[in-house]
Amino acid sequence: MSEQNLSWLDEARALIGHEYGKVYAWDAVNQPMVRQWCEAMGVDNALYLDGVSAKARFGANVAPPTMLQVWVLAGLNGRFPEGSATDNPYEVLQIIERNGYPSVVAVNSEQSYRRYLKEGEKIAFTSQIESVSEEKTTGLGTGFFVTQLLNFYDEADALVGQMRFRLFKFRAPERARPADKPRRPLPGISDENRFFWDGLKDRKLKIQRCTACNTLRHPPGPACPDCHSLASDSVEVSGRGRIYSYSVVHHPTLPGVPQPNPVGLIELTEGVRVVAGLVDVDPAHIEIGREVEVDYLECADELVIPVFRPVGGA
Amino acid sequence: MTQQLNGQVAIVGLGATEFSKDSGRSEIRLATEAVLAALADAGIDPTEVDGLSTFAVDNNPEREVFRQIGGKELKFFSRIPEGGGAACGPFLHAMMAIATGVANVVVVYRAMNERSWYRFGAGMQGKAPDPFFETTNFGWYIPHGLVSPASWVAMSARRYMHEYGAVSEDFGRVAVAARDFAATNPAAFFYGKPITLEEHQASRWIAEPLHLLDCCQESDGAVAMVLVSREYAKKLKQTPVFLKAAAQGTAHDQQMMTSYYRPSISGLPEAGLVARQLWQMSGLSPKDIQTAVIYDHFTPFVLTQLEEYGFAGRGEAKYFVREGRHARGGDLPVNTHGGQLGEAYIHGVNGVAEAVRQVRGSAVNQVSGVRNVLVTAGTGVPTSGLIVGAD
Repeated sequence: MSEQNLSWLDEARALIGHEYGKVYAWDAVNQPMVRQWCEAMGVDNALYLDGVSAKARFGANVAPPTMLQVWVLAGLNGRFPEGSATDNPYEVLQIIERNGYPSVVAVNSEQSYRRYLKEGEKIAFTSQIESVSEEKTTGLGTGFFVTQLLNFYDEADALVGQMRFRLFKFRAPERARPADKPRRPLPGISDENRFFWDGLKDRKLKIQRCTACNTLRHPPGPACPDCHSLASDSVEVSGRGRIYSYSVVHHPTLPGVPQPNPVGLIELTEGVRVVAGLVDVDPAHIEIGREVEVDYLECADELVIPVFRPVGGA
Repeated sequence: MTQQLNGQVAIVGLGATEFSKDSGRSEIRLATEAVLAALADAGIDPTEVDGLSTFAVDNNPEREVFRQIGGKELKFFSRIPEGGGAACGPFLHAMMAIATGVANVVVVYRAMNERSWYRFGAGMQGKAPDPFFETTNFGWYIPHGLVSPASWVAMSARRYMHEYGAVSEDFGRVAVAARDFAATNPAAFFYGKPITLEEHQASRWIAEPLHLLDCCQESDGAVAMVLVSREYAKKLKQTPVFLKAAAQGTAHDQQMMTSYYRPSISGLPEAGLVARQLWQMSGLSPKDIQTAVIYDHFTPFVLTQLEEYGFAGRGEAKYFVREGRHARGGDLPVNTHGGQLGEAYIHGVNGVAEAVRQVRGSAVNQVSGVRNVLVTAGTGVPTSGLIVGAD
């Protein structure tokens, strides 16, 4: 780590122990919120819900301890009640971000409780940054674990609970871009054509065949136009054929597509025609009638498409 | 049987907006403007309209167009699929509806902000790969980068050149003639802007063998026409332009611009099917046509259509255009408004409008002695055609 890096990390660590807050709860501990929280979390403990058990034991209804942070969350508008401090407890994250670690993920939180909170109590909290780790590398990337300590107080300023909240502030590794796998417009897949696209993944060019009259047909469809049978299978064909027609496409340009883009209408030896890109050809010298053979181009999104190259080279 | 339809219905009103690259207003506004203009041209009150017909791809619902014009009772509404292949289809449907008494006043409309809102030339991009038929079918082309109408047509055009010896300059002759007509049509986007064959050859490739100047424009605009019965037409202020025939056609092993699996791909059998029906219904033949509107989204298919409609032998349209028979002063001036290459791309309906003007005698590039005009529709797709003429 360079000197320069150390200096900004020192700036970040200088904030450790600085107390932020106080921030107050919008609402007092209340039974409707407890009931909804229990319902959402699947808690059916009578202590929180029957209105009798807690009173017998504590003299009042109580809230589940794990609701500790619930009472002091900001509303949907992101605001806290009047009188709450407005300082930013996450200054340290901004410093780390400025130095090249834009991503953040919550790692874990640990809570501890001094006592049950009773209905009608209104709590508040303060927070501080407890630690900023050395630079670490995880499966997500490289960055710093930041631990925040939150202290929760009752109206008499007595501590009722604590929470340690740990974040990982990081930058993702430079991913190897799949430059060798062009992203092509995707075909729609249906029951009629799935065999074709699946076959290409196994480096097989398959053509639909009517099992009643043995006629090959492409593009595939549900019925044989010759004998009207709905029964069909598919057969792997030779992958050899001749250029029946072609175009060299210049516009529109598409990412992942050669520029210019020679595309052929190939008449296969078996008699059916397929459209596919032409490779290893000079776009200025493509010949109708030229013998070609199939190859397979792996594209992004697990798409494999057929391409054809001249037999015996360009 | 279909001969009974010959001359039973007439186009009596014609309306259009200006043609532009950015209309600056909504498509429903364009549609409404064109429909109201067509009705005013006919001298028919909007409350008389009881039928509407348009393209399946038109974004303006019949109900809303009808509401905008203050319509009262709409008894007939129909839509024709297949993009520009629809161009003459609504006229066939209107003709049948009126001739059978289903409707009395049918308005055909097409309105689009194609250039400023969506651009067909951008092709099929960013479509979710769902299992619907059209999506699975596009899958045979788009993963290979064959995503645009120009690229789909290019594949057929190359084979046509290979089989018949047509060359790029032959396609260019179609474009030059169209731009020549557009140059003298104030309504055309390319008014005052003719091109030379050299400019055609020098224009950049879109999808070989198609140059930029082989491709039609992309346009904003709307066109509408009013159709009524022969009897009603005679009471109206405009000279009736009679529908002598109209037809639709889808041929064997048809696809949407990619009918690559037929034994031959150098013809347009769906256009041939429409042609046979038109000649049969009208009792006319190619020699009875004084000027034609041949759908020109891409120049190569103009040659193919001249062959399918019988103006040239198979593979011989190249001679037809080399002799300039399609150009100004030729024996079959084609696309005298400038076509979609020169006037505007309103999915062929502006071509029907030109045919009406030629029969009325009000075209800016008026051909003398016009009795009958052939109009064709989008090619490479299920298509349509019509013949209009004087009584």
